[in-house]
Amino acid sequence: MSKMINLYPLKKFSFPIIAECISPDVFQSKNREEIETLKIWEGNKQKKLGELFKVEETKKEQETTIIVYGDVSKVRKIGAYMTRGELTINGDVGMHLGEEMEGGKITVHGNVGGWAGTMMKDGTIEIHGNASHYLGAPYRGTGRGMRGGKIVVYGNVGNEAGAYMRKGLIKIYGSAGQFAGLRMHKGTIYVQKDCEERVGACMTGGKIIVGGFLESVLPTFTIESIKKKVKIEENEVAEEPFYRFLGDLTENGKGKLYVSKEKNPQLSSYEKFL
Amino acid sequence: MELLVKNGFVYDPINYVNGERMDIAIRDGKIVERVNENSARIIDAFGMVVMPGGVDIHCHIAGSEVNTGRLLRPEDHFRDFERKTSRTRSGVGRSIPSTFTTGYRYARMGYTTIMNPSMPPLEAKHTHEELNDTPMVDKATYPLLGDWWFVLEYLKDGKIEECARYVAWMMTTTKGYAIKVVNPGGLEAWGSGRNVSSIDDQVPYFGVTPREILRGLCKVNKLLNLPHTIHVHTNNLGKPGNYLTALDTMKCVEDLASEGRPAIHITHCQFCAFKGSDWRSLRSGAEEIAKYVNNHSHVTLDMGQVIFTDTTTMTADGPFQYTLYGLTGNKWVNHDVETETSSGIVPFRYRRKSYVHAIQWSIGLELALLVKDSWKIFMTTDHPNAGPFTFYPRIIAWLMSRKAREATLKKINPRARNRSLLSSIDRELDPYEIAVVTRAGQAKALGLRNKGHLGVGADADVAIYDINPETTDLSKKYKILRRAFKSAAYTIKHGKIVAKNGEILKHVEGATMWLDVQVSDPVEITEEMKRRFREYWTVEYENYPVTENYLEVSHPITVKADV
Repeated sequence: MSKMINLYPLKKFSFPIIAECISPDVFQSKNREEIETLKIWEGNKQKKLGELFKVEETKKEQETTIIVYGDVSKVRKIGAYMTRGELTINGDVGMHLGEEMEGGKITVHGNVGGWAGTMMKDGTIEIHGNASHYLGAPYRGTGRGMRGGKIVVYGNVGNEAGAYMRKGLIKIYGSAGQFAGLRMHKGTIYVQKDCEERVGACMTGGKIIVGGFLESVLPTFTIESIKKKVKIEENEVAEEPFYRFLGDLTENGKGKLYVSKEKNPQLSSYEKFL
Repeated sequence: MELLVKNGFVYDPINYVNGERMDIAIRDGKIVERVNENSARIIDAFGMVVMPGGVDIHCHIAGSEVNTGRLLRPEDHFRDFERKTSRTRSGVGRSIPSTFTTGYRYARMGYTTIMNPSMPPLEAKHTHEELNDTPMVDKATYPLLGDWWFVLEYLKDGKIEECARYVAWMMTTTKGYAIKVVNPGGLEAWGSGRNVSSIDDQVPYFGVTPREILRGLCKVNKLLNLPHTIHVHTNNLGKPGNYLTALDTMKCVEDLASEGRPAIHITHCQFCAFKGSDWRSLRSGAEEIAKYVNNHSHVTLDMGQVIFTDTTTMTADGPFQYTLYGLTGNKWVNHDVETETSSGIVPFRYRRKSYVHAIQWSIGLELALLVKDSWKIFMTTDHPNAGPFTFYPRIIAWLMSRKAREATLKKINPRARNRSLLSSIDRELDPYEIAVVTRAGQAKALGLRNKGHLGVGADADVAIYDINPETTDLSKKYKILRRAFKSAAYTIKHGKIVAKNGEILKHVEGATMWLDVQVSDPVEITEEMKRRFREYWTVEYENYPVTENYLEVSHPITVKADV
């Protein structure tokens, strides 16, 4: 049986809340009373979900769906380890959204904290606001970044988006901060607007596409050619001339960095090396 | 407080007790002849194995190197954490657990004495601070002296007695327990970006050879009457073909042994038993090493058994760690400790399907099984270099059960499986031999008189495992074995029950053992010495020594030297 669960925060949270249990996989086989007794941490106190959220249950046809209404920017790890179902958040949400998720879909109509989609393996995250730093980047110290799935951000993102990425796709329709694609191995990052510096530092493979302004390319990248268009994913192509750089040579990397030719006249001096 | 452990199968190799049903009486932290049965607390150990508390001769658990490893690897702590309870403190870490957690985890496995094998003398204070915070176990630490400039200078001039006086001074000043030698000469050469490739290579500037360092320090060890032998990490560690270097190292002190007593301990021998000319042609040199050790009585070894898991390698062997970094491309730390030693850290993963790692796994077990006398080889993983110490139960199962070995053999790299000698080795250790390789042998090699046995007067450190050797076929039921050794039914430390069935019942502080070496003409701290400190070190002499009040629970062992 499938169902739709609505969650309403009962107050404005002032302490960090760790709520791994807010996930379709956990809610799947539980009724409203059982969901209310799920344990979550508020600061250093363990509480029940029902003490912090109002839970509402309605019938629904296909997959289990959770909808959160309100500001949950203090709540971390929502949708962690989820494998199916849908999760929609109407409001801001905290760190570690969809940590290590393996399937399903998360939609956020608001802004997202750091480490959204960290170490994710599959599934989709759609963010209609801005995302903070470390989008899709792994836990500190690990080299096992995003291993599949798709993250789409319609706003801007912070630094180190897609660090250590191994597979999958990150699409950013806004602009990105520094170090996008740091140490990435494989996969694709698309930034439609501007990008701050040091894109693709230490990358060994994969593809980064910058459609907007990029002040300078790292000196460890070398220009290879000018391309008319670049494929972003199946059925999506960015059509404008791009400079194609290869790097990062400090790591013997074979990563590809595409930078829009039109928006970056300051890079035209590279053309003499072609 | 009195305790009586009743009816257990007692394995106490030092006192030649082999599985007899006996009672062990404990009063005031010591084993005694008998206690009053009516007033003593009785532990019913019927159908259980009773052994002395475990002794670990080589595990990196404290010091600046270990701590840097912790800093380097947040991901190691990410999933493995322990919440605080009413009795224990919280902690994190899998391959490099925090200090308190280290103590608790050892106690859960029935270990009560552990030795931290590499302490750069400069970092002695840090090491002792961490050892102070490692509860539940007695501990000691070995200062690294093989590349200390003072040692090199005196050995170059052939002044053995002078060298011995300075080693004695260093031992007492840093509160150490044994002479640790890592890649003798190589670490000093690493300071100028080089290494030594055999025991007869010259060390730049000093002009001594590793052979002279080893022989010199072996003589010093004998002059000072230290309880343990020199504790040697050989040259060329982790390089194919290095079993010849290991054999050379053992041979070079052959004539210095007396009365059949060991003169050298080769540590984590697995890493220096590689045969072949490169990684592709790597083979096991365990047979040759075992043959040598079987025919000579001056050597003891420990295994350094590889576990297939993610771990952190850390040694004082800077050049070796650099090679390892080159192999893995992983994040790393390398450090030159002024006049004394170097060090390096690289996270590492041993994979079953890797040919080299599978061969390494096989070498460790081959060594342990081919060395006939279990008093000569001890069980370690060189924690955390070849695997975390929490995997000891797995090694015990491999040693005791051919079936367990075969189960793992099936899963490893096929090329390595075909070349492994393990399938041709039938030997299975019995509980008596396990008691030797995990406690009695190590205590004997370390010269710990009150540890590793259950005779009257010994420290009341006892481990009781819930396994019945009479009704269970240990070689078939290796999973039961693993479970039993993973969480001891009871761990008794200093006469107190500290852990039961894997749960910590009591937080106790362990003592730090150190040698108070008494020489007839101790080193005087002259202006000349202070000048050298000013020239050679970044610290002044005044800030260098570890005073006794620095140790939380100090347990000095007085040694009378011959100089």
